[in-house]
Amino acid sequence: MNTENTFRLDGKDIPFKKGDTIMDAALRAGEYIPHLCHNPEFKPHGSCRLCVVDVNGRHQASCTLPAEAGMEVDNSSDAIRQRRELLLQMLFVEGNHTCPACEKSGACQLQAVAYYIGMLSPHLTHFFPKRSIDASHPDIVFYHNRCILCGLCVRASEQVDRKSVFAISGRGIDSKLVFNSPDGKLGGSELEFTDKAVEVCPVGAIMPKHLGYETPVGQRLYDTKPISVVGDVAAHSKPEKPFISDKSHE
Amino acid sequence: MNKPLVNEYGSKEKLIVATAPLCGCFGCHMSLLDIDERILQLVELVEFDRSPITDIKDIGKCDIGLIEGGVANVHNVEDLREFRNNCDILVAVGACAVNGGVPAMRNQFDIKECLEEAYILGIGIENPHVPNDVEIPLLLDKVHPIHEVVRVDYFLPGCPPSADTFWKFLTDLINGNTIDFPYSLIHYD
Ligand code: SF4
Ligand code: SF4
Repeated sequence: MNTENTFRLDGKDIPFKKGDTIMDAALRAGEYIPHLCHNPEFKPHGSCRLCVVDVNGRHQASCTLPAEAGMEVDNSSDAIRQRRELLLQMLFVEGNHTCPACEKSGACQLQAVAYYIGMLSPHLTHFFPKRSIDASHPDIVFYHNRCILCGLCVRASEQVDRKSVFAISGRGIDSKLVFNSPDGKLGGSELEFTDKAVEVCPVGAIMPKHLGYETPVGQRLYDTKPISVVGDVAAHSKPEKPFISDKSHE
Repeated sequence: MNKPLVNEYGSKEKLIVATAPLCGCFGCHMSLLDIDERILQLVELVEFDRSPITDIKDIGKCDIGLIEGGVANVHNVEDLREFRNNCDILVAVGACAVNGGVPAMRNQFDIKECLEEAYILGIGIENPHVPNDVEIPLLLDKVHPIHEVVRVDYFLPGCPPSADTFWKFLTDLINGNTIDFPYSLIHYD
């Protein structure tokens, strides 16, 4: 293999094209690097940091780092696994993730990556922040509790739906998603059930109404196979129209 | 590798296990009993001390303490500390012990709001008043996972952890193996 356009990932030669990040080249080569805020359809965001790898002795986000010939990339050592586990634990204690009471459970990317990493507990002290639920939209419920601020809905709404319904506002623990509507409620926004923004959410934050717990336990996306085999939530989610659609807000 | 809890000659007396339900639904205890006939193998290896299974009320020195449920009131704090003081190995069993679980959903509200909703404002309440008998343990302002109160040695996720998870954990621990759950045994629901 021509080493001028390959780098090494866990000892394997990975070919890359000009402009590729490590993530781009790895995904194309069928190598899984855990990630949450990355979706190959959108410009990288580099915010969840879960795709951290060790490149020539430094920790880097593989979704934003351009691939270079001869790089030595570690994606599987215990040190990297531990770093990712800590990042996941921070995400879990920053929100309110009550998986047994969440309709996304079993098909949630945050959970699936945590299973893949082998996270057995959130370990840190929980913030238990007080977060609201916005049920003003006829077809969609928004749970601030479960939003991990990955920015995928922001990018999808802006770049694909051309509506810019979502933005991230505030700082630190007070950061939250805000909606572009006269009263700040999701119901008054231009969001529609079939929007790309609804499809890309990796967790149970943007949820369809009237469709909860449709898939039996045991048949859900990540019940039997890990995310490294199954792939991302977005690759599987094509929202169907909900049964009841009350268009009263229009 | 952990140190085997039973030595190679099997000369250690049976391991002593205690279990406690704090703020949970008893589902984890039911799931432990769900190991079915393997319970016969288990009682060859362990003896139960304080537990709702034995109805023994006071805990003695134990090798393993299994805690179901989060910490929601002052009794839970006392029980948990007593378990920590008496158990060599303390295990958080199930979602509520691990992260507060469903009971911790009340953390979204003030304690006053919770009590008023349950005893004063709720539908169909007769003689509305907040119970204040001294026998009733005082509620904490928040429900906490047990690792926020005492040091915890192992965590068994799941709501509840399956019987196979219990079995894998206990047999690995007793035999001194590293606890290494396969993908099928790690779940949070
Ligand atoms: S969004 Fe995912 S991690 Fe959060 S509660 Fe729901 S299933 Fe659990
Ligand atoms: S709502 Fe979903 S897609 Fe949007 S930022 Fe939150 S987690 Fe990401």
